[in-house]
Amino acid sequence: MESYELTFEPDDRYNAFLTVCKKAPYSKGKLSGIAVAVKDNISTRGIETTCASKILKGYIPPYDAHAVELLRNSGAAIVGKTNMDEFGMGTTTENSAFGPTLNPCDTGRVPGGSSGGSAAAVASNMVPMALGTDTGGSIRCPAAFCGIVGLKPTYGRVSRYGLIAYANSLEQIGPMGRTVSDVSTLLQVIAGKDRHDSTTYDRPYTHTPVADIKGLKIGIPGEYFGEGVDPKVAGVVKTAIGKLEELGATTVPCSIPSMKFALAAYYVTCTCEASSNLARFDGVRYGPGADSKKSWHEAYKEVRRAGFGTEVRRRIMLGTFALSSGYYGKYYAKAQIARESVKSDFARIFSEVDLIAGPTMPSIAFKLGEKSDPLSMYLSDILTVPANLAGIPAISVPCGKVDSMPVGLQIMGRPFEDERVIDAAYAYEQAVS
Amino acid sequence: MAEDQVIVGLEVHCQLDTKSKLFCGCSTDYRDDGPNTHVCPVCLGLPGAMPVLNKRSIEYAMKVAKALNCTVLHESEFSRKNYFYPDLDKAYQITQYDKPLAEGGYLEIESDEGGERRIQLTRIHVEEDPGRLVHMGNAERGKYSLVDYNRAGIPLIEIVSEPDMRSPKEARKFLNKLRATLEYLSVFDSDKEGSLRVDANISIKGNERVEVKNITSYKGVEKALTYEVTRQKNLIRRGQRIERETRHFIESTGITQSSRSKEQEHDYRYFPEPDLRPLHVQSWVAGIVLPELPDARRERFMAQYGCSLNHARTLTGELKLANFFEKVVAADPKGLSTLAATWIADTLIGELNYRSMNLERVDTAGITELISILKQGTITDKSGIDVLRVMLDQRHNGEPTETPAAIISRLNLAKTTGDNSAILTAIEEAITENPRALEDYRAGKGGALNFLVGQVMKKTRGKADPGELNRLLTEALAKREA
Repeated sequence: MESYELTFEPDDRYNAFLTVCKKAPYSKGKLSGIAVAVKDNISTRGIETTCASKILKGYIPPYDAHAVELLRNSGAAIVGKTNMDEFGMGTTTENSAFGPTLNPCDTGRVPGGSSGGSAAAVASNMVPMALGTDTGGSIRCPAAFCGIVGLKPTYGRVSRYGLIAYANSLEQIGPMGRTVSDVSTLLQVIAGKDRHDSTTYDRPYTHTPVADIKGLKIGIPGEYFGEGVDPKVAGVVKTAIGKLEELGATTVPCSIPSMKFALAAYYVTCTCEASSNLARFDGVRYGPGADSKKSWHEAYKEVRRAGFGTEVRRRIMLGTFALSSGYYGKYYAKAQIARESVKSDFARIFSEVDLIAGPTMPSIAFKLGEKSDPLSMYLSDILTVPANLAGIPAISVPCGKVDSMPVGLQIMGRPFEDERVIDAAYAYEQAVS
Repeated sequence: MAEDQVIVGLEVHCQLDTKSKLFCGCSTDYRDDGPNTHVCPVCLGLPGAMPVLNKRSIEYAMKVAKALNCTVLHESEFSRKNYFYPDLDKAYQITQYDKPLAEGGYLEIESDEGGERRIQLTRIHVEEDPGRLVHMGNAERGKYSLVDYNRAGIPLIEIVSEPDMRSPKEARKFLNKLRATLEYLSVFDSDKEGSLRVDANISIKGNERVEVKNITSYKGVEKALTYEVTRQKNLIRRGQRIERETRHFIESTGITQSSRSKEQEHDYRYFPEPDLRPLHVQSWVAGIVLPELPDARRERFMAQYGCSLNHARTLTGELKLANFFEKVVAADPKGLSTLAATWIADTLIGELNYRSMNLERVDTAGITELISILKQGTITDKSGIDVLRVMLDQRHNGEPTETPAAIISRLNLAKTTGDNSAILTAIEEAITENPRALEDYRAGKGGALNFLVGQVMKKTRGKADPGELNRLLTEALAKREA
């Protein structure tokens, strides 16, 4: 294959990139020569991949994540690795070991997280599109906060092979871009079955967005406009939903009663999985090594204490506790039951409606340092985690502003109806632009 | 059950002899290669790598389940067993926990009292092998360990028995029978170093049980359990309590050592492996065609070759031995099988064990020839053993080999036939030199005749035909009596 080289020297004043590839190779193909940024928890052969953690400083993967391989095959130029909350644990990108990313719309505010670097890189026009990952909202939240489009695909639609796992059963790699078309194009490249990821389905995405939502029924869950949601944000989103009605969709109120368990189910599940996933970072095989003069368990403790940030340590400890003998039934098993009830709530609603719409985030982007209390930060995930628990596709598309900051309209669909979710977002985007 | 009845249950881990590892495409044939040469992102546990189940390993495990009469569950699932250790690259082992591949089943073994005994099984599950630590260094330079992940991800099955065995010997018989069954199924190679590991639970009736870990050989099981029986019975005799604990078997010294410490009290925090889908393979069971298994082959050896129960048991107790026997007698099953059964099951095995020699190095054609010669009666049994020893030594020492006929001719071992003069001379000498034996014989002591037979054999260097010798000696003694 003929190889070309893209020179990439961005003015990264927002700390969006952890690694910049000044000379990015690319080839011919659908995305030939297009600069794509990749979140730093996605393995890139030959390019340092740290998950924004000190514990992986210097780790250069010997292999490409499947999504990255597909990107390269499509001709895209991988121009750099983007900043994030360490291992994806956060909603602000402030939990990066290498400093926070700033929101290009207001540098006094966070870009959202955990894919804040990817969102900022796109929003500031450093790249047209980027890969993010979404475990509990990590693509949609920064998309909403930075005023771009971000899609969490159906669980199993995009291979996770090479994505450094935080919470395997919840997360997906997904596209981020300035337009729904770009997001759709990127999804065309990365979706499909991968023999390296047993949880993928043979559901490639070949769709081109169609701005037609006539006759679609859209459910509006009361919980998405209730307590904890900034009324100004709710107002902007309601206006956007009115636009969807104008375009020929009908809306019906609906209810997701299991929402009251969703956050708890989410945080138990993700911390349990994380406590196991992150146990391998011990300094033996990669990352900064341990003092080999010490006994192995002393060395492990030292490496892990020095390598993990506060939020990561907190979640590892929470998950370890929740899986402990005697507590498993009380936490993990219960969380799975709650998760099932979220799934069945969605299944029930989707038997009557085609899509569900509401705000992506309950507020506009936080000020830097505003969410220093972890619990209040966890609460801000309430509108995004249900889609991860249920494995359904969900997109965030810009739908206006509050206090000059962007607001995201979230549209969710049935499993493997990413096409319909994209069409609805596209119809909205075309109508307002 | 006796007051101090020994109760034993086993957890047996066997490496499945698949070509590639359980969750990646790496080759399992690592034993002759350097460390960390059979590895990839998956079995190295590199960040982001994901397991993909090797279908063949599940087929192998299901063969075992079917052969051991287990019930394959409608849904089984992989779980993570979380613990830190440098040989475990992901810091968790992918194994099966509350939804194993199969449950129940049994294995029949020969009981200590003779006859068959049914040992019930609890479950069979599939899991991955961890890597291996190689301990280096010395007192002066300091000790350190190196890690080799070639073994990481090799498929294992764990077969858990109910506490149904009643002695260390029965435990060993269980293992031997299990090994034979797995080898007949072509899913296991017991010759591969480290292919088997056993944890044993042992208690004396009415007392706490002790888990003995780190047993890596067939003999080791009996040794470790025998040591434990003595240790536990001694404690009870002295009125002390047996503590529920985990002990490690030290193969070199044959003892077990308590390994109880806070560090090793694990809480494995099992939970379902989110990167693998649940298994629904029950429907495969019907399609599995089992080969002839040890019990069936034993019955066939008795029916087809007229083997005694004991010979049939020994010969079919190892796949290679059973195949060897059938190859030896193939040319003339009717004529050779009785003699071959005795010579192979009794004599050959003993001679091989004495030399620590592998059956594979024995020349089948040579054994067939030797047994044919024995059948013709042109050499004595004693000479037969001499010939066999020469044959084995030549192979064992890598010397040029000879056929049995050549050995017999070179050593002049052919039986003296027709001309009895040499034997008669030897008989006369033996009687004359041992007047005491003559007296004893006259007094009716049976041992005297055997003694004289031995003396004559010595003088004729074993070439005398025992039947003929007996006849001639009795005649000679009768003459003396007259």
